[in-house]
Amino acid sequence: MNPDKIVKIPMGPQHPALKEPACFTISLNGEKLVDLDLRLGYNHRGIEKAAEERTYIQNIYLLERICGICSHSHTTCMIQCVEQIAGLEVPARGRWLRTMVGELERVHSHLLWLGVAAHEVGFDTLLMYSWRDREIVMDLLAAMTGNRVNYSFNLIGGAKLDITEEQKKDILKAVDALEERTKYYIEVATEETTLVARLSNVGYISLDDVMRIGVVGPTGRASGLDSDARKDDPYAAYDEIPFKVITDTHCDVYGRALVRMGELMESYKIIRYVLQNLPDGPIAVKAPRKIPAGEAISRYEAPRGEDVHYVRANGTDKPERMRVRAPTMVNLLAVPKMLKGDNLADVAITIAAIDPCFSCTDRAIRVSDYDGGNAKVMTWEETRQFSIDWYRKNGVDFTELNKRFANRIK
Amino acid sequence: MKKPGKMLAELFRNVTKPPATIQYPFRKLEIPGDSRGRIVFISENCIGCKICVRDCPAEAIYINKPGEEKIFEAVFNLDECIYCAQCVLSCPKDALSISPDIELAQISRASLRLVYPAKPKPPQPPKEKVDKPAEGNAAPAASA
Repeated sequence: MNPDKIVKIPMGPQHPALKEPACFTISLNGEKLVDLDLRLGYNHRGIEKAAEERTYIQNIYLLERICGICSHSHTTCMIQCVEQIAGLEVPARGRWLRTMVGELERVHSHLLWLGVAAHEVGFDTLLMYSWRDREIVMDLLAAMTGNRVNYSFNLIGGAKLDITEEQKKDILKAVDALEERTKYYIEVATEETTLVARLSNVGYISLDDVMRIGVVGPTGRASGLDSDARKDDPYAAYDEIPFKVITDTHCDVYGRALVRMGELMESYKIIRYVLQNLPDGPIAVKAPRKIPAGEAISRYEAPRGEDVHYVRANGTDKPERMRVRAPTMVNLLAVPKMLKGDNLADVAITIAAIDPCFSCTDRAIRVSDYDGGNAKVMTWEETRQFSIDWYRKNGVDFTELNKRFANRIK
Repeated sequence: MKKPGKMLAELFRNVTKPPATIQYPFRKLEIPGDSRGRIVFISENCIGCKICVRDCPAEAIYINKPGEEKIFEAVFNLDECIYCAQCVLSCPKDALSISPDIELAQISRASLRLVYPAKPKPPQPPKEKVDKPAEGNAAPAASA
């Protein structure tokens, strides 16, 4: 490799892969990618700070607008924190309905991704058909919640709307149609040789790297990481619903496509199960306007991976701190690893394959030294030991969890 | 089985079918009845508690008391409203409801300011309701 021959090309900030801004500066040696530097922040809107100025009720709608695709994910994740702090017990029916909207959202997100990925590799036929079929689920969400994207289906303490018998029938019918279409897309993805050849061995990332970087969601599962917040830390009604975690061992973009389509099939099963076993009863409990002081963290398996929210309440009707960690934040860190040695033409599809959402991701943290000079730099090992000790002191033991992870690596 | 052109059959099947899209202004899609569109204000039910004003995430509602009487008018800034219908949920007296009216585009910003005038309440038999005293006159709707 001749260092004089390296050419730097900025990709973005105008829509490098999807219609969202981020800047990827790529260093090329001929056609091969040597290095990738990424710059975020073009979509920073100060939502976390804005959340501190609003009441919990207003925050539901603010957080819903973090992302247009996973709007239900972000609100559910935040509301779970608030419910945990306030000690609210959400009625079973409310939890099951939340689960169903969450799964419908996963269906529309994955169908959208399928179209985007097809478009990135120049297979626009698939884009047109998958997006046409996505309209089926968008219409369902519109009929059920009142809007196509920002559903505002969640309330602190449950769900806002109940479901009628007629809607149940509509959903079952639509899910049948979608399942048939998804089966066809799986057929296309596995049998269409041009697509298989284009996606195979592009954006390769091994299981070890996935574990090291902490990749989440379908991107991690496509490298064989058996991790899903719905199974690992069940929320809503997932502990009562049988479903499989889809994994794949291709480790490339093709594997990610297969995992997402497999997840679509699982989502249909979950939706059917929810509709057939929907418990009776109230859908929500009344929540206080003022949330008692406390803090909570909650995990939610958004369509793109694990979403984590943190809320600290101080006894008023406004949160003291709200923190959002979106799945794309961690998945983006894996992109330079995936792309090293790949061709320039693979950049767009590899970025698109993690299903990035830059408006979810753009948060800012300023780490300042509150203790006045007591700050110290820790190595990775020290930080790890510190956190293990801290949790042990607070009565949380990770021995069991470590065993489970050790089994996964094998 | 593995050969290129897997979607050709699908393409040919769809050649004779009409487009999946519709010619919008001439043909309209059926809007589900529960769609969250323009908010409707029923002045007769309003007690002026202003919970809707407090809960609105977009600060798009203003409830004013035009006269001395306890009747209220509502001003909605449709360009600020995010159509979440939280006000409908918060209202203790069913003075607000949603309508599936989603065609709200206007040519000027001024016409996006929707005023529901105050209407006198129908005569009520005995006085059992305890109305919250309206806290002075609300700030007039900020002109955009």
